[in-house]
Amino acid sequence: MNRALATLHSLAGKRLVIGVPYVWLLLFFAIPFLIVFKISFSWMQPIQPGYAPLLAWVEETQRFVATLNFSNYQALLQDSLYLSTFLYSVKVAAISTIFCLLVGYPMAYAIARCAPSTRNLFLMLIILPFWTSFLLRVYAWIGLLKTNGVINNTLLALGVIDEPLTLLYTDFAVYIGIVYSYLPFMILPLYSNLEKHDLTLLEAASDLGASPMKAFFKVTLPLSMPGIVAGCLLVFIPAVGEFVIPSLLGRTDQLMIGTVLSAQFFGARNWPVASAVAIVLLLMLLLPILLFQRYQRRELEAAKR
Amino acid sequence: MAQKPVDRGQEYVRIEGVTKRFGDFVAVDNVSLSVFKGEIFCLLGGSGCGKTTLLRMLAGFESPTAGRILIDGQDMAGIPPYDRPVNMMFQSYALFPHMTVEKNVAFGLEQEGLSKSEIAKRVSEMLDIVKLGEFARRKPHQLSGGQRQRVALARALVKRPKLLLLDEPLGALDKKLREHTQFELINLQEQLGVTFVVVTHDQEEAMTLATRIGVMNKGQIVQVGTPTDIYEFPNSRFVADFIGSVNMFDGQLIEDEPGHVRIRCNELESTVYVSHGISAPPEAKVAVAIRPEKIEMSRTAPISNENCAQGVVKEIAYMGDLSVYLVRLESGRMVRVTIPNVERHADERIVWDETVHLSWHPSSPVVLTI
Repeated sequence: MNRALATLHSLAGKRLVIGVPYVWLLLFFAIPFLIVFKISFSWMQPIQPGYAPLLAWVEETQRFVATLNFSNYQALLQDSLYLSTFLYSVKVAAISTIFCLLVGYPMAYAIARCAPSTRNLFLMLIILPFWTSFLLRVYAWIGLLKTNGVINNTLLALGVIDEPLTLLYTDFAVYIGIVYSYLPFMILPLYSNLEKHDLTLLEAASDLGASPMKAFFKVTLPLSMPGIVAGCLLVFIPAVGEFVIPSLLGRTDQLMIGTVLSAQFFGARNWPVASAVAIVLLLMLLLPILLFQRYQRRELEAAKR
Repeated sequence: MAQKPVDRGQEYVRIEGVTKRFGDFVAVDNVSLSVFKGEIFCLLGGSGCGKTTLLRMLAGFESPTAGRILIDGQDMAGIPPYDRPVNMMFQSYALFPHMTVEKNVAFGLEQEGLSKSEIAKRVSEMLDIVKLGEFARRKPHQLSGGQRQRVALARALVKRPKLLLLDEPLGALDKKLREHTQFELINLQEQLGVTFVVVTHDQEEAMTLATRIGVMNKGQIVQVGTPTDIYEFPNSRFVADFIGSVNMFDGQLIEDEPGHVRIRCNELESTVYVSHGISAPPEAKVAVAIRPEKIEMSRTAPISNENCAQGVVKEIAYMGDLSVYLVRLESGRMVRVTIPNVERHADERIVWDETVHLSWHPSSPVVLTI
């Protein structure tokens, strides 16, 4: 009797543990996604809720009529604004990701190679900025970058420059903002990969005649590929859709897709077009996500041995 | 365990007063040692005795705190591992997991800047030698332990080093495979004429492989000699106890002549007569070591009243080829005796709780002063 109860309990426990994330994903990902997907095929409507229903009861024919509207997607193709913002977003995200990698790799490497007791301290320092609001930290960059901001004033005082540099509202400012904000997402997966490396492999490489530099490029770098891929995707994917950083620090003549998206939703209140933009963005990002999953699977297979 | 004659003609490695400290800990303590060209030299000792540190200093992964290391007459101070004429086989094998067997073996040759065709030729030759030709395209994780060991060996040997360092080369293999691989290693070594320095904690491995063994304890070399020397003529209690099993009795020198000595041991009724002289002060405290296989056991009392003892069989361990008997003497001391199982039937064998007489030849005991 007791045993049966225990089995029941453990079964229920198992289901509960597995069930919670599924329910979460269903409620907060699958259903919202379907709603957005649905809206992307409807017409804009001045009255609430802002878009026409897909399925309507038509009195005259006494039937339900479904109307699918593809014009939102057509609009994306026809208006060159969308294409250029998509491309610009991808460019900004890609360049920022590369800089994140260049800055983050040496940092992750250094942390992974220092004494275990100091590692935790450094990791804390990496995560520490998260304790302040993301928005505040981006605002702070305005104070640093603006014409009479900290950077310009310091450089002027030191006599390095004669007149203030235009730093704010440029691509450069956006790169800085993205690299600064997303660096931890690059460092953490890289660190967790590099920390697991078997250092005797480097000794073996050295023993076989490889200089430390060669050993790095032939052994450490290829073995850290899963970490690099994970880090790059964790930076690239959110960076493509980023709208806070470009709207606060970026150019006014060239928008990023995230900014367009938020402008369509909240400014123009054109939910159907905004939804279509969101769906296309999602499909575009599906490719790197699939790539990520392939790498994860490969890593899992490697971990099995 | 017949020994090949050691060619002492050419010294290849010379270790001069080498000490290695890690903070307060002295890992290697003033070690001086020569390894001759073409020999298999085994560094044997328990864990933490400094044998691996010594090996790592030869490879260049650690540098000596004091002393110097010469390989082929050249001082190795300041020479990084990748510039030494030495290759190492790691205990964990340290195969590159992202490369195929072929690529692993080719790695060292690629660093030498050889042509692609030359590399391919030498890699396939080496893979044939270690019988891994058909596994060339596999990744390390698709291989068995024994195969990985052979890849590691091939990877180190393909560079044609004059000196190969092996860190517990057979440690990860099961017993059968280990015995088989030991002889393969010896064959390879003879075939290629490489000098081997092997680190091991396994005395059996050291006995089979080595032309000479250096026994290490607490960072120091306590004895260097051929396996026979080390086993039959240990120079200290530590070596006698560490190599093989031994019955050790504390005693006092009562008669000290150039040709023989007599020793009285509290745990033995009779005195011990040893048919060779020793160098120790009269009445010195010494230890008598007798190997279990050198003790004869019988139901009848021996004629002599020396070199004998009487006891009761308390334990018998049947090992197949031989049986190990634990005999309790009247003093309460347990003595280990091994008897080869020459007879197939067990009718005549001595059994539990039988009273037995133990005796040994005067040349068998080893008298140890330290």
